[in-house]
Amino acid sequence: MNPADLLHAIPYCRHLGARGEVKDGVLTLVMPFAPHLIGNMTIPALHGGVIASLLETAAIAQLAWETSSAGLPKPVDIAIDYLRTARAVESFARGRIAKQGRRVVHVRAEMWQDDESKPVAALRGNFLIAS
Amino acid sequence: MSDAPQNWLDQAAHLMQQTPYLAGLKGELLEVSAERARTRVPYGAHLIGDPDTGVVHGGVVSGLLDHTSGMAVMGKLRAPMPIATLDLRIDYMKPATPGEAIIAEARCLKITHEIAFVRGAAFHGDADDPIAICTATFMLIHPARSVR
Repeated sequence: MNPADLLHAIPYCRHLGARGEVKDGVLTLVMPFAPHLIGNMTIPALHGGVIASLLETAAIAQLAWETSSAGLPKPVDIAIDYLRTARAVESFARGRIAKQGRRVVHVRAEMWQDDESKPVAALRGNFLIAS
Repeated sequence: MSDAPQNWLDQAAHLMQQTPYLAGLKGELLEVSAERARTRVPYGAHLIGDPDTGVVHGGVVSGLLDHTSGMAVMGKLRAPMPIATLDLRIDYMKPATPGEAIIAEARCLKITHEIAFVRGAAFHGDADDPIAICTATFMLIHPARSVR
């Protein structure tokens, strides 16, 4: 399945409003701003849970696309570093396989807003794939 | 005089209840105190991460744990102060059971002038059989000091 269709088939992805775009063979998740993504109304800023969700989804989508996992990859553990305030604007995320084992894959992902060189958050995580 | 902190905490809890992301999940705050914070999210079709199994997306669990951890920090504060998550680590111990509500519980183990350290867990009915556990650190954002 192509990544855009895969993401569209995930109800929580549609709740976040995140979609997948492939350009020059690279998958990027795009999440337009929406009011229900807010965690802090005074700044306003995206919720930390939205950030974690987008990064985890970027990792899963990259894995589903690049590996021949039967069914969706399952997260074992993730760690999110929050680097900057995620403002109420469009956000992007991309995952990258750092090390692929037979069952466990180590993935890194970054999320950014208007400047890709200034990530707002980063994920590292281990995921189980079913062969 | 001792009820003043709880008073602002009740107001903060009310505000946190209205946090758009939590409201979008249809989540609710069950408890916030110096001891712990607890939240609950009922199962819903919009939370599904794997359409084949109906299992809730990991992001919902991590989002709820992030929110609950933040509330646990609030419970330790003597006065309202903005906080920001620095780091959130989640161990997914088992998939959430489709159809069942998820409860998150967090305790702030240590709070300093700048940083708060939290442990939390998400589970269905039994806290000893968690879906996920978390370790989180938060930064306390002090208002900019005025020039003397």
